[in-house]
Amino acid sequence: MSAKTLMRGTHVLGEAAIRSGCRAYFGYPITPQNELPEYMASEFAKRSDGVFVQAESEIASINMVIGASATGARVMTSSSSPGVSLKQEGISYLAAMELPAVIVNMMRGGPGLGNIAPAQGDYFQATRGGGHGDYRVIVLSPAYGQEIADMTRQAVDQADKYRTPVMIRGDGMMGQMMEPVVFPEPIDPASLPVKEWALTGAKDRPSRIIRSLWLDPPKEEELNWRLMRKYEAITEEISDQEAYLCEDADIVIVAYGTAARIAKGAVHRVRSHGVKAGLYRPKTLWPFPGSLLASMSRDLDNIVVFEMSAGQMVEDVRLSVEGKCPVTFYGRPGGVVSTPEEISGVLTSVSAGKAKKSA
Amino acid sequence: MSLKIIFSGFGGQGVLMMGYVLAYAGMNEDKHVTFLPSYGAEVRGGTANCTVVVSDEEIASPIASSPEFVVAMNYPSMVKYQNMVKSGGTMFLNSDLITEAPSREDINLCKAPVNTLAHDMGADRSLNMVMLGIVAATTGMVSKEALLQAIEKVLQGKKQSLIDMNQKALEAGMKYVADNQ
Repeated sequence: MSAKTLMRGTHVLGEAAIRSGCRAYFGYPITPQNELPEYMASEFAKRSDGVFVQAESEIASINMVIGASATGARVMTSSSSPGVSLKQEGISYLAAMELPAVIVNMMRGGPGLGNIAPAQGDYFQATRGGGHGDYRVIVLSPAYGQEIADMTRQAVDQADKYRTPVMIRGDGMMGQMMEPVVFPEPIDPASLPVKEWALTGAKDRPSRIIRSLWLDPPKEEELNWRLMRKYEAITEEISDQEAYLCEDADIVIVAYGTAARIAKGAVHRVRSHGVKAGLYRPKTLWPFPGSLLASMSRDLDNIVVFEMSAGQMVEDVRLSVEGKCPVTFYGRPGGVVSTPEEISGVLTSVSAGKAKKSA
Repeated sequence: MSLKIIFSGFGGQGVLMMGYVLAYAGMNEDKHVTFLPSYGAEVRGGTANCTVVVSDEEIASPIASSPEFVVAMNYPSMVKYQNMVKSGGTMFLNSDLITEAPSREDINLCKAPVNTLAHDMGADRSLNMVMLGIVAATTGMVSKEALLQAIEKVLQGKKQSLIDMNQKALEAGMKYVADNQ
């Protein structure tokens, strides 16, 4: 099935995960991502080497993820905003125990139960920890169907490589939308490197212990510094972005995921009216790919940050740019999806010196 | 070139399949396509709609705020979408269920009794493919061959037996346009 196929985003996530050697999925239903567990259930029912459990809750499912990961399995769970909140305790434990896992969040409008429309209000939750303690998770943000497939492979590989939880952030629209996708060739899990830390039964070898409890503070401190060194390496190695039409740009719009597609449409529109606009699209939200933006910012008149939230990533943009260029924010929280026309209006008025406030 | 179309009607009229087949055909022609079904707190017997974009370039937004084309399979859909159609665009109306005309002068109308056309060929349920044939013949978004191939792909397997009827319904729709030009 390496030919092009038309598939919805949630199914792309499932198929790409299975092709990446993921053989365990645990989840609890929530709109708008139910087609992913549905896909995993039906695919794993067809094969003898997969485990699918619809747990009794999000908390149970993330703890099943911990268990499966501890045995060395490539494992995935998925949910949408309120459900991902419930998983945060387990994600903190995964980070502490240095266990790989892929967690998908197809974001919806919040806070609280919110609604089921596409939104980006969980940026802080994903990039600032979400759970307790000093930890980070890798956060990948696809914008296209093909990128969902590619980043799922990337997420599974990076989780194993760095022994850390990786999040894939989409939204309701990306989950429902169908686009043509070419899948990577499947990996045979048996061909993957043996995990020397996994709990596989201690017959004929010394026992291994995976723990998150270190009562002796110096030991806990040691873990923390080890994690920080790992996060530094991750920041160095995987930060990624798309800089589109930025070379000659006077104004750059920063956006990710669905918002970045809308922003790209807006860039095309204003360019046809003579405004030299570019798009800066973070593909990793943590680590935030700020260095290229920072070096570009000296030559820019304006940076506009557009999010389907009340303003979260804008903080990372400001931290990166360090005042070298004015940063204007435009957001639509609550599940409202802007049109390219609306965003081109924002770009036009900001570049004309009239800062437009969020609607 | 980038063309956006909204298909709308009530649940059971095959509205999503129209969009799916069109998107599949566009993909077969190596175009960029997006298919965005409506989702939300939908109810049985309620409205259904989907948006398809077929483009030579990468598609920015899969949402159509002013689509070139709208297909309305029932009256509430016409009311809902009549003001969204781009000026100079075309609205396709199922004239078996829609007797009024949209209150706009700046768009083209293409009316066709698709329930009747499907019924007359003994394929009541294929009214959606009749309408898709009409859309394809009028807009030229994708070729007939790509659509016939798409129907085969989409229905193969469990719905194998329905391929022939749906392909004939598509051709009947295209013929209707040729006969009424």
